Amino acid sequence: MSRKAVIECKHVSKTFYTLSGDHLVVDDLNFTVYENEFVVLFGPGQCGKTTVLNLITGLELPTKGEIIVAGEKVTGPSPKRGMVYQTTNLFMWYNVMKNVEFGPSVRGISKKERRKKAQHYIDLVGLTGFEKHYPVQLSGGMQQRVGIARAYCNEPDIICMDEPFGHLDAQTRYLMEKEVERISSQEKRTVVFVTNNVEEAIYLADRIILLRNLPTSVKKEYTVDLPRPRNYVSPEFLALREEITRDMDPTL
Amino acid sequence: MAEPIVKVRNLTKSFGDLLVLDDVSFDVQKGEFLCIVGPTGCGKTTFLNSLTKLYNIDSGSITINGKDIDLRQNNIAYVFQEYSAMEWLTVEQNIMYGLKIKHVDKDIIRQRVENVMEIVGLTKYRNFYPRQLSASMLQRVVIARAFAVEPELLLMDEPYGQLDLQLKYHLEDELIKLWQKTGTTVIFITHNIEEAVYLSDRILVLTNKPTKIKKSIPNNLPRPRKISDPEFVKLRNEVTDLIKWW
Repeated sequence: MSRKAVIECKHVSKTFYTLSGDHLVVDDLNFTVYENEFVVLFGPGQCGKTTVLNLITGLELPTKGEIIVAGEKVTGPSPKRGMVYQTTNLFMWYNVMKNVEFGPSVRGISKKERRKKAQHYIDLVGLTGFEKHYPVQLSGGMQQRVGIARAYCNEPDIICMDEPFGHLDAQTRYLMEKEVERISSQEKRTVVFVTNNVEEAIYLADRIILLRNLPTSVKKEYTVDLPRPRNYVSPEFLALREEITRDMDPTL
Repeated sequence: MAEPIVKVRNLTKSFGDLLVLDDVSFDVQKGEFLCIVGPTGCGKTTFLNSLTKLYNIDSGSITINGKDIDLRQNNIAYVFQEYSAMEWLTVEQNIMYGLKIKHVDKDIIRQRVENVMEIVGLTKYRNFYPRQLSASMLQRVVIARAFAVEPELLLMDEPYGQLDLQLKYHLEDELIKLWQKTGTTVIFITHNIEEAVYLSDRILVLTNKPTKIKKSIPNNLPRPRKISDPEFVKLRNEVTDLIKWW
């Protein structure tokens, strides 16, 4: 059975033109993501990972090449491509319910229907009972759950997550990784997840795409076929971690 | 066994009705690298700030070399989680700062600053300003500044929290090198259990609030350490089991 390609990055380059000169950030990037696959884009700090996500979601446009998502060329932002941000970007003046139902409400879906949908995703991320809370009343991990529910609730073709747990402490991070694993096994979606944490990458990914340091492109790919849920300290996990760390470009 | 350099006895601290530290006692040996780990929100930073009396404590005593701790008398250095390099000073001036306010002899300042800059690889960047440096470089400046004063006690509060793992281990290797060369006594606070096992001579595991010491675990793994070594994994699992809430 051949797999259906959902994201195709074809010879994508991105240059930022500034007064201080031209900055080539992405240089001939090529990769494919298949339906319901969980792909992690992994690379050193400041290697251009966020730019790649912004290109996929259409927040930035490539200088060269093209990106096809679900058969359509990306020419700008679209509700078909959801995003979970590192800084959460929740609407601080909306409660949890209103944040989660935001996408469907903008698309004009009836209140009854969107509430039902939103409640389903609020339950899925484990925030039942917090519907009326405002973001400032929630912890960092809970805020990120709202961001995830909001992205799922709009039922996009793909969900992009940009280092969603970068600001959390190591222990809360383990909890959230477990949660993402549970959510994505219950509700299959095509997910592109960006991180600079190799443990997180191996724990979550079906496939890891290692990016080069600036200007970025694909350095290597790893298919992770360890059984789930994965054990952070199993010999296979640690061996893969050492392999990827060795292959990775230094940040310095 | 030699007399411990730091002795903490019956340390208690509360904020209003909230008891944060509950009758904590422990010793630190001279030249020891002590890591403190505990569950999220257990009061690690309060612990550190009470230890140095940045916060007033309710009861208990903290002594260094047999005398009550006094931030003006004792030579104590801090490295915080947030980058705390001074923006208006160059790398070299930042590293000199602590020595200058202590009126250390100029020749000694020069010699120590050259020495630590060399160890952490900042010599080339001596005339750069913080805004011209990457996050990892900035944290090196702060760590070099702390070691330059040759503190009796160095306190580090999760200094590598935001860096990627590869870089983190690179900087931690540098930290170990500095510590081994200088013989400094270090108390290092972290959420990250693997980091604690990688760095420490001993790990103090804290409980949830009100914070007590759950266990003190010696760590005699040979250095340099390897994260995939079965003995390493065993110790990491032991500490994880004491803390795990997630």
